[in-house]
Parts: sequence; structure tokens; C-alpha cells
Amino acid sequence: MSSPTHHLAEEDIEASSLWRDARLRLQKNHLAVVGAVALVIVILAVSLAPWIAPYEYDAQDLNLGATAPSAAHWFGTDIFGRDLLTQILYGGRISLAVGFIATAVALIIGVSWGSVAGYCGGRIDAVMMRFVDVLYALPFMIFIILLMVVFGRNMILLFLAIGAVEWLTMARIMRTQVQSLKQKEFVEAATSTGLSPLVILYRHIIPNAVGPMIVYTTLTIPSVMLLEAFLSFLGLGIQPPATSWGLLISYGAETMEEYPWLLIFPGAALTLTLFSLNFLGDGLRDALDVRGSKD
Amino acid sequence: MSLLTVKDLSVSFVTRNGTVQAVQSVNVEVKENALTAIIGESGSGKSVLCYALLGLIPTPPGRIDGGEAWFAGQDLLTLSQRDLRRVRGSQIGMVFQDPMTSLNPFLRIGEQLTEPLLLHTDLSKKQAKTRAIELLEEVGLNEPEQAMQAYPFEFSGGMRQRVMIAMALINEPKLLIADEPTTALDATIQAQILDLIKSLQTRRGIGVLFISHDLAVVAEIADEILVMEKGNAVECGNTQAVIENPQHDYTKKLLASIPSGAPRNYEPKPQTLLSVEGLKTWFYTNAKTHPVRAVDDVSFAIQKGEVLGLVGESGSGKSTLGRSLLKLVNITEGSVHFDGINLSTINTPDLKALRRRMQMIFQDPYSSLNPRMTVFDTLAEPLLLHNLVNRADLGAAVRILMDNVGLASAFAKKYPHEFSGGQRQRIAIGRAIATKPDFVVADEPVSALDVTIQAQILRLLADLKEEYGITMLFVSHDLAVIRQISDRVAVMYNGKLEEIGPTKAVFEQPESAYTRRLLQAIPGQNVEFG
Repeated sequence: MSSPTHHLAEEDIEASSLWRDARLRLQKNHLAVVGAVALVIVILAVSLAPWIAPYEYDAQDLNLGATAPSAAHWFGTDIFGRDLLTQILYGGRISLAVGFIATAVALIIGVSWGSVAGYCGGRIDAVMMRFVDVLYALPFMIFIILLMVVFGRNMILLFLAIGAVEWLTMARIMRTQVQSLKQKEFVEAATSTGLSPLVILYRHIIPNAVGPMIVYTTLTIPSVMLLEAFLSFLGLGIQPPATSWGLLISYGAETMEEYPWLLIFPGAALTLTLFSLNFLGDGLRDALDVRGSKD
Repeated sequence: MSLLTVKDLSVSFVTRNGTVQAVQSVNVEVKENALTAIIGESGSGKSVLCYALLGLIPTPPGRIDGGEAWFAGQDLLTLSQRDLRRVRGSQIGMVFQDPMTSLNPFLRIGEQLTEPLLLHTDLSKKQAKTRAIELLEEVGLNEPEQAMQAYPFEFSGGMRQRVMIAMALINEPKLLIADEPTTALDATIQAQILDLIKSLQTRRGIGVLFISHDLAVVAEIADEILVMEKGNAVECGNTQAVIENPQHDYTKKLLASIPSGAPRNYEPKPQTLLSVEGLKTWFYTNAKTHPVRAVDDVSFAIQKGEVLGLVGESGSGKSTLGRSLLKLVNITEGSVHFDGINLSTINTPDLKALRRRMQMIFQDPYSSLNPRMTVFDTLAEPLLLHNLVNRADLGAAVRILMDNVGLASAFAKKYPHEFSGGQRQRIAIGRAIATKPDFVVADEPVSALDVTIQAQILRLLADLKEEYGITMLFVSHDLAVIRQISDRVAVMYNGKLEEIGPTKAVFEQPESAYTRRLLQAIPGQNVEFG
């Protein structure tokens, strides 16, 4: 790369950076702030689970069995007498980790892959996108099962496997964005200034493609969480006594009629997180669009 | 006899940032058998006025605050949408700016043309078809029978605009409203369409309300002119009187902004900066065997310190030629030598160094600036890239640059969308001259701007050129602009160079037939502007 990454800071003519402006705009969007605060609370709660959880996550009380919410067990207990609040706190660790890490993996691969394909165009683009098509065509379950069989079952692999599937759509969206941005005259102006293609990509093209990517990312995180639940349910993901929101929900759904709280509380936790993510995502998209009103 | 009388019309728009008065108690009169023109720059309210008459303003955010518009014994502003629909298309015809988007691409011309006839009259299908064919003939389409069967994509812009005019006239309206009907067209086509509108108006004895930003266009065909500025009618009257003896300052400013002046005398410059030999730039689309020959075997030279004007209509390859010189597109054959360096064989580090010496100014200041970069970042980027200033002096360097292009340095933190078109073009010019280049390609740098802004930007370019001794290729479709700014002129047609020579010679004794045709199409050349 021929050019330094210049983050322009100035004393007298103060160059305002995209991100600082975005933060200011975000703070003015109340819904997004509420979403961010709720998300922080959820993340703090699940990270501190070992210290704040009222019980051990694998502590069973078979004599107790499933009980409705009470003073001793705020969210009730499951059929093995395990405290549901504790389960939700510990399950959230896995769900959030899968959601964020797998999405981050997908985002990094997808954005790089898509923008290179879109920017280079021609034969490179054709080869790169055909590769994406081939992966798309591969049945997802077979792919994951193969990975599990070859490498054994562990968490890291779960992140990678889900990320490896989710990046395909990201790459396609990014490629389309880059293709249309590439036609803009400011990209041509950057070329005529003498910037190298990589600098043009990350300084002029990618920042302008951020909006749709953020929206899609906030949609991907929940879908990744549900995917983990599905895999765990099939016995390919998390195994008891470890748990996740997705697993709790699917067990809760089975006993919904007798013990509704087993579905309601994990569902509420997931819903709260998803709503916060969506509000924050919408807010971020607007905040990063400098054309939005500043006041 | 008055056909349309508008009294005290006021229209406003309610936006987030308050109410905008788009039209403020404007009076207009369109007489029978006369062409009345409304002229104004963007934001003057000229289009809003006409759309308000036709009930085409979306409400909200639009609001008609008051006034009357009498047409055929009824006040258009009080009519219901249903009654208005009956008036539109039958008693009032409309022609819009962009003929490319105002025809439905999926319907044959014939179907689109007969639709209003079948809707508003009780003609049979066959009679409607006969009428449509007659009308296509009247608007000057060759082979109207075949045209009825054609789809819009088979037609050029000028032909489509003829179809649009035929469509507007099909129900024999007494009033035709034309909103910038020639703005999207090439000069030679524009001249034909203006002729057509004027001759239809006199032949049919109808009233025409013609909206335009171009005083030169209007001066040729209008009987009466209304000048609008920021929602107010500042002057109106007989065309000749307004042009010869303008009363309002704004009208005077508009007239003064029309590019004019005799071509300057040509002083040959000895040193060649850029030489082009047998340049071909072809684009291979789907058909590998039939490339688009955008630039086809062009040879010429640009002398150090001169402004070479490059003229041509859309599709002539003039923009591609400009980009080929800067190696922004890959050339197919031939060579470009810049100061003795062959651009085809140059390596990457040398090219980067060369990029400092040649820059480009683009047509559309709305897409040529990165919307997510502040003015400061945009101007600082080339300076830092080529290590022209160190970080400590960066702020001062940007401030000088902004000052040079006439921007207050207080604006440095702002983003492009916060500026007007003219200001954006100043930013783009600032970016181009930041590296103190030897050579600048200006690709239609003023075509997207209002005429008064255009005059300012042309003056700025001329000043900067003097100050920095920049050699310039000035690409434009507008001959009046070219005549004002260029030392020499090159005329391009269909990818080939038709003619090249000193401005005065080309304008006064054009050699090629095409150049003569172009020159005849300059609007307003027979009118003396006060």
C-alpha cells in the first residue's frame, strides 16, 4: 500500500471525523440510545453470570421439579429443578458470543471478499463470485456435519462454521454496493489523484457502503443465534448441561402448555436483545449517513 | 385574448426546517396564440408554479396559500382532482424535461399516443390511429406508420421529445405547458425542437407556457418573458423590451452571465505539453466483434499554457477522450505522450508521480465529491498523498486552497451535501488544483450549474489558469462557453476529430459541415442581449 492511513487531526481547522460526527448524531437518537443501554445491561449481566447468578448453573433439585416463579426462583425452575434465571444468564453467554463472533467473522470475510470482487470486476469478479455460488449450493447441514466429523465438536468450530455460511450473503450485498459506487465520479477523482486501489477501497468506497451493511448485520446476529439453537437442538452445537437461549427456548416450547414460564423468560431475553440490536442498528445507519440532519 | 390568467399565486412547502415560500404572489398571463416564457434558475419556483396550476403539487408537504388561475372560465385552483384530470391532457397539454423517462418503455409509441384519445374522446380505435399518425407527421417524425409500432428505446432523445409533444397536442389543447423541454437534448436537436414548438404554436394559434433556465433559448422564441427569482416575479414584459432594456438587477445579472465576447486572438504557444497519436479507445461490451468506438483514431497536440476547447454532442466520445489522456480508461491503440512520457508504457510509481501533474474536474459536483468526507479531508487528501505539505502546515495549506477557489475556510468541517452546486464545484476545483498540476481536464465543469453560477466558475477557472499557468482541456457541449474560454477548439463527432484550430478561425470560418451545423444551432445568436 502506497499511502499512509491519514486520520486528519487539526487544531485550528478542526477536521471532524466520520465516526465522531456519527457518535454525536447517535446520541441524539433516543431509541438508539435506549437500545444501546439495554444491550450493555444484557452483556454486563451475562458476563458477570458466575458472580451474580443465584445458583450454580448445573445445580439440580429433582425433588423440586418445575415450579412457577417465586421469591426463591424469580423466573421459576425447569423440570430438573434448575433455576431458570441462572440458566438464562449462562445461556446468554453462549448465545451472544455466537451471535457477535460468528457475525464478525462473516462481516470481515464478506466485506473483504465482496469489495475486492466488485472493485476488480471482470475475470477476478467472475471467479470469486462463482466460488460464492458453489458454497451457496452446498447443503448447509452437510457442510456443518462434515466439519464436526472431521474436527470434532467445539465452540470455536461452531463460530467458524456459522460465520462461513453467513458471509456469502454479505459478500453479495457488498459486491453490488461496490459495483455501483465504483461508477461514481469521486472514485474516478480519487484515481486521478493517484491513490492506490486499496486506499480507494477503504477510504472512498467502503465508508459509503456502510449503511446497508449495518442493517444486514443487525439482521444477521439474531438469525445466527437461532441457527445455533437449531444446531444445538440437533446435537451438533452446545450440549447440556451447558445451555443457550436457543436451547432454552426449544425446550420451553416443548413444555409450553404445562410450564409456560420456561418459554416466556428465555423468549423475552432473546426478544429484548434483538429489539435493542435493531434500534441500535437503525440508529447507527442514520448516524453514519452524513446527509442526515446535523441538528 | 387572455387564455390563462394567474393572479397572486402563492405556494409554500412545509419541511422539517420550517416553511419554504416557493412561489410568492406571482401574476402570469398567457395569451392566445403567443408563447410566454418563465425564466429562472434552480430554486426560483418556476416549475412549482406550473405544477401548482395543474394540481400536480403533492399536498402535503406542498400548500397553495392563495391566488387564482383562470383558464377557460374556471379557476384551476378550485377544481377537484377529478375535474383537473379532465382538463389536463385534453385542454392543457404538457411536455416534460426528460424524454427518456417520460415514456413508458413497455408500450409501443402508438399505444401511448392513442390512449389519451380513447380516454377523452369518443373516437374509434381506427380513427384514433389515423389522428396519431397525422400528428406524428406534424411533429416531424419520418415514417410515422412505422413509428407507431416502435418501442421508445428504439428512438433517440430528440425523436422521443417529438413523440411527447405529439402526445401533448393530441387532444387539441388550447394551452401547452413545456417544462425545460430541450434541456436534456443536444444543441442541434434543441434547435430543431425549439423550431417545432414555435411553429406549432403559430400554426395552431395556441398559447404556450415555456419554462426554461436558459435566456438565450427563450429569447429566440418567446413573445413575453417572466423572470423569476427565489419565488418572486421580478420582471415581466415583451421579450424584446426585457432583453434590450432590463429593469431589475437580477435580469441584468442574468443577461450579463450569458457567455459572450468575441473569441480572443490566438497566440501560438511553442512548447508541446501533450501529444496524441492515432488514439483509439474502444469499449468491448457483450458483442466482442462490435466494439463501441468511443474514440477512433484521433491525433492532436496540446501546447503548454493554452486552453483547448473540445466540443461535441452526447456520444461523440469527448469525455472518453479526456479520460484517455489521463489514463483513467485504458486506450486500445495509439499513444499519448505527456511531457515526453509515454502513458501506455509507464510503471506504477511513475504514474503516481505523474498523477500529481495532471488532474480532472468533473461535470457533476454532486457525484464527484465523496459524500462522507468533509471539505477539509477532500482537499487534504491529494496534499498528503503526494507529500506536498507536512502535517503541521496542512491546516494553513487547506485554508489557502479554499481561499483560492473562493470558499470561506470556516466551511472546512462541512460535508458536500451542505453546499450548493456552485460551491461544490469550487471544492472539486480546489481538489484538482491542490497539487499544482500542469494539465487539467475539465469535463463539462459548468453544465450542471445555473447560468449566473456558471459565469462565476468560468471566471474562477480563467483566473486560476492564469495564476498557476495551467494547461487545460475544456470539454463542453456548449459552444458559447467554449468560445469564451478557449484558445483553440477541437470538434468531435462520432469518435473522430472533425476539426481543430484557433477559436476565432473555427467560429468564423468553420471547415467541416458538422461544425457549421453546430454553430447554427447556438441558441440566441440572432438576438442582441442588452
